[in-house]
Amino acid sequence: MQDIEIAQLRTITDIIKKHYNYDFSNYAMSSFKRRIQRILEIHKYSSVDVLIDKLSLGDTKYFKEFLSEITVNVTEMFRDPTFWKELKENILPTIFANNRTVSIWHAGCSSGEEVYTMAIVLKEMGLLENVKIIATDIDTTILQKAREGVYPLKNMEMNIKNYQRYGGTVGLEKYYKEEGNKAIMDKSLVRDVTYKEHNLVTGGVFGKFDLILCRNVMIYFNQQLQNSVLKVFHESLFKYGYLAIGSKESLIWCEIANKFIVVNNEEKIYKKVKD
Amino acid sequence: MTQFKIDSSQYKAIVIGGSAGSFQVISKILSSIPSNFELPIIMCLHRLRHVRNGFVEALNIKSNIEIEEPYDKEAIKRGKVYLAPANYHLGIELGNTFALSTEELVNNSRPAIDITLSTAAYAYRNKLIGILLSGANKDGAIGMKNVHEKGGLTIIQDPQECLIDTMPLAAQKITKIDYVLGVDGIISFLLELDKQIKATATTSS
Ligand SMILES: C[S@@+](CC[C@H](N)C(=O)[O-])C[C@H]1O[C@@H](n2cnc3c(N)ncnc32)[C@H](O)[C@@H]1O
Repeated sequence: MQDIEIAQLRTITDIIKKHYNYDFSNYAMSSFKRRIQRILEIHKYSSVDVLIDKLSLGDTKYFKEFLSEITVNVTEMFRDPTFWKELKENILPTIFANNRTVSIWHAGCSSGEEVYTMAIVLKEMGLLENVKIIATDIDTTILQKAREGVYPLKNMEMNIKNYQRYGGTVGLEKYYKEEGNKAIMDKSLVRDVTYKEHNLVTGGVFGKFDLILCRNVMIYFNQQLQNSVLKVFHESLFKYGYLAIGSKESLIWCEIANKFIVVNNEEKIYKKVKD
Repeated sequence: MTQFKIDSSQYKAIVIGGSAGSFQVISKILSSIPSNFELPIIMCLHRLRHVRNGFVEALNIKSNIEIEEPYDKEAIKRGKVYLAPANYHLGIELGNTFALSTEELVNNSRPAIDITLSTAAYAYRNKLIGILLSGANKDGAIGMKNVHEKGGLTIIQDPQECLIDTMPLAAQKITKIDYVLGVDGIISFLLELDKQIKATATTSS
């Protein structure tokens, strides 16, 4: 297959902006290009031009499918077990020491494994009832999966290992039941979770939070977009609220970094210290 | 000893891919190059997905240059050695920065060598050297093909010397390989390259 050129990627982001009002122009080019390549392979398109023609039709149903293919939805429960341990042992206790009710935002929640993880951590701490969680994503198809809370059973092996590394003692099996090759999550865990479509590029601020998790989402953005999204997070946090990003992401290059302090560098947890 | 025809002024970066049987090889290379080696070395080695710590430390024991697992959007610098972190694909972005990703496994791997090599080939074009070592699957073959197609230099570890030859053979099957070298040959190549780069730098300054 012919290599995709930058100009073609630009054409694609222009068309998407024009017809569907989504802005991908500040996504990281290397991964965006691979996503486009992958879409060409899935649909067996002979060239990028076929995709460009399809997108030019302005068919919103087609675009919805495209959107869910262009986004990377890979996720795990208890991804980076040491991160969740740090939340349980230090971050959440500190937050609860100063608040009776706590609000948490999962930005880019994908199929919801991260949300279930949070709910399980809170439940085992006896704090689930005191928390309001909002989980958002740009991709409504994956949000629907998050709402359903039904996962391939084969993923649970890895999730269970992560849970054990985290130091979980109750047993992850307690939180789902098996049906065929599926794991059906215990919905009572997410009773106080609101799932909502939200685009970090254009969506802006919609609430105030004590803790925001945005892990492995901004790696798909270029630095300029990372900067502007961080401004949204800064504004969405209460003073002394926490921001957690992916273990291989960093704030140090961002303009707004000076309004945060590093709480845990290994686990990439930051605290807002200036308005 | 093999004579290398190197146009040293041409190159900007080196990518090394390795899998089963490559640890000792990498260790030997890293203990043989000088601590002031000029070009950035970007390594993508198959590793346990869920073990974040330990690998870089093990490699650092012998390495003359401290190895780092880069952050997303970190600038790629001369004189550094980088290693793809666990459970992330390591790509190179135009503008000489790293780009990490949690995309699906490629060739059953994350990090996948194909991704590091292909993105590096796209970003560095003919200014890249791709080196593929011992390994038990075919990851890296397409990447090496991309390196060659963009005009970069391709080197594989001599399959006869590899603990497991599947990986270099897979690359050799689908693309032109410029040099087939044993570990010692790879080291001589890198030392010669570095010597020439240093010589050019002093004459031109
Ligand atoms: C790799 S998943 C991360 C899931 C989870 N946070 C984790 O770390 O495992 C990235 C998610 O970000 C979402 N995403 C990408 N661009 C977005 C945007 N502009 N606004 C909101 N979500 C976005 C994708 O749809 C995807 O579900």
